[in-house]
Amino acid sequence: MSTDYIDNQSHMSDEDSGTYDEWIPSFCSRFGHEYFCVVPTDFIEDDFNMTSLAQDVPHYRKALDLILDLEEVSEDEDDIAERESQATNKYDQDGDQNMEGQIKEKDGKGKTQMVNHSIIEHAAEQLYGLIHARFILTKQGLQEMAEKFDHKQFGTCPRYYCNGMQLLPCGLSDTIGKHTVRLYCPSCQDLYLPQSSRFLCLEGAYWGTSFPGVFLKHFKALEDYVERKGKESYQLKVFGFKIADEAVSGQRMKWLRQYPSTEEEWDEFAKCEFELPKV
Amino acid sequence: MAEQNSMETRALSERDIDMTNELGSDSSEDVDMWIEIFLGRKGHEYFCEVDPEYITDRFNLINLQKSVAKFSQVVQYIVDNLDEDTLENMPRQRLEQLEKDARKFYGLIHARYIITVKGLQKMYSKYKDADFGRCLRVYCNFQPLLPVGLHDAPGYECVKLYCPSCEDLYNPKSSRHASIDGAYFGTTFPGMFLQAYPELTPKHPVKRYVPKIFGFELHKQAQLARWQEVQRLKLVKNLEEKNVNLSKNGGYKALE
Ligand SMILES: [Zn+2]
Ligand SMILES: [Zn+2]
Repeated sequence: MSTDYIDNQSHMSDEDSGTYDEWIPSFCSRFGHEYFCVVPTDFIEDDFNMTSLAQDVPHYRKALDLILDLEEVSEDEDDIAERESQATNKYDQDGDQNMEGQIKEKDGKGKTQMVNHSIIEHAAEQLYGLIHARFILTKQGLQEMAEKFDHKQFGTCPRYYCNGMQLLPCGLSDTIGKHTVRLYCPSCQDLYLPQSSRFLCLEGAYWGTSFPGVFLKHFKALEDYVERKGKESYQLKVFGFKIADEAVSGQRMKWLRQYPSTEEEWDEFAKCEFELPKV
Repeated sequence: MAEQNSMETRALSERDIDMTNELGSDSSEDVDMWIEIFLGRKGHEYFCEVDPEYITDRFNLINLQKSVAKFSQVVQYIVDNLDEDTLENMPRQRLEQLEKDARKFYGLIHARYIITVKGLQKMYSKYKDADFGRCLRVYCNFQPLLPVGLHDAPGYECVKLYCPSCEDLYNPKSSRHASIDGAYFGTTFPGMFLQAYPELTPKHPVKRYVPKIFGFELHKQAQLARWQEVQRLKLVKNLEEKNVNLSKNGGYKALE
């Protein structure tokens, strides 16, 4: 795998790469892909970072070539046939020119080629997503995600008392196809769905289960900031009076937003360090 | 992605058409019912229709007289009882003020109306249609929300949304909704609503999220989650001593 790859690259260096759109920037600038950051090609070119991805994504090599804009050089018979047929823009409505998409069906042969190409494109998206999940855990990746975080690109917490705290994307699984992306609020430490429907279909594994945790550990100041924030919470009232606990609508979720404050509570908190103590 | 985009715009335009239809269908009878126009305005989706009889009943207006200038005229304007001549001869500036006052007054009377039996019923059907949106908290499972004010006097704070599942307060998604005065819904509405319809109180989710790194929970966050669970268990114990049935509505969902 790796020797092939280096070979391809040496071919590439002489070519004029400015004549067509690069796959990664165009993927990241697509509508609804605002949560993605641009993974530098040198990260992808480092085989160490790609460990075991070949088993997770079908058509790994072709997908990788597509991501790295190397498809022209790695062409085999299929690719030559593919080039002969006419490529049209799959994303007309978006006006997105960057996708070399659907190939017009002029004959039966064209149909299989169209499938081929979209399969590779799909595989490339999956591969990029999984690479992305790894990249954002690196120092450089964290830095880029922090910039997006600062600019509220992942949105803000819908919870009123969180006061517009920025959110962090989060996966519930590291395997593709299990869960869409969720958003973690460092302030209320809770998980939300994206507000805008355009993010509701994004694959959660492209950010992964470890990202918010690693982010919090890397940027210690964030935790400190959150700890200093007000810990207000809401209580339902009728004409200024609290609803009786025994009522069906009585308060049941106070604990969810509760923090130790008294000395007694801090003692109790200490007992929770490794296990749930008996009540 | 392109498909999703076009779906969104389609949904939007359908709503627009719906709204114009709604206004158009009644236009044969009455061209400009003030309340209908008010309710049809973009961003006014949270409001329900207050009966004109309720608005004109002086008993319901106690302590609202001073909220706007020329109070009686505003009431007449809202229920379309102001005669044409008066309206036509009104200077533009006065008309604009009248419209502004009418919106405010409708909001304040709305807050009172929605905690009456009839008002609660109207809000019930809006809640059933999730007109106030749904909770975005993952473990709340798309729970429909209820509008609430943090103050009963206008001019302090915009409307918020209460989630009967996590019992927390959220900001409306759309800025059009987020700029409506909370006093137009009042502080009492969700509590009153859930007491009137106890069957609507859901079972509360117990499940929590703790950030993990390669499968290992973050220490501090996990400790806090455990402490919070202790608080919950203490409440459960307390409620069970009072013979509260926690396996029904208002109890807790079992952990999956
Ligand atoms: Zn929050
Ligand atoms: Zn909720």
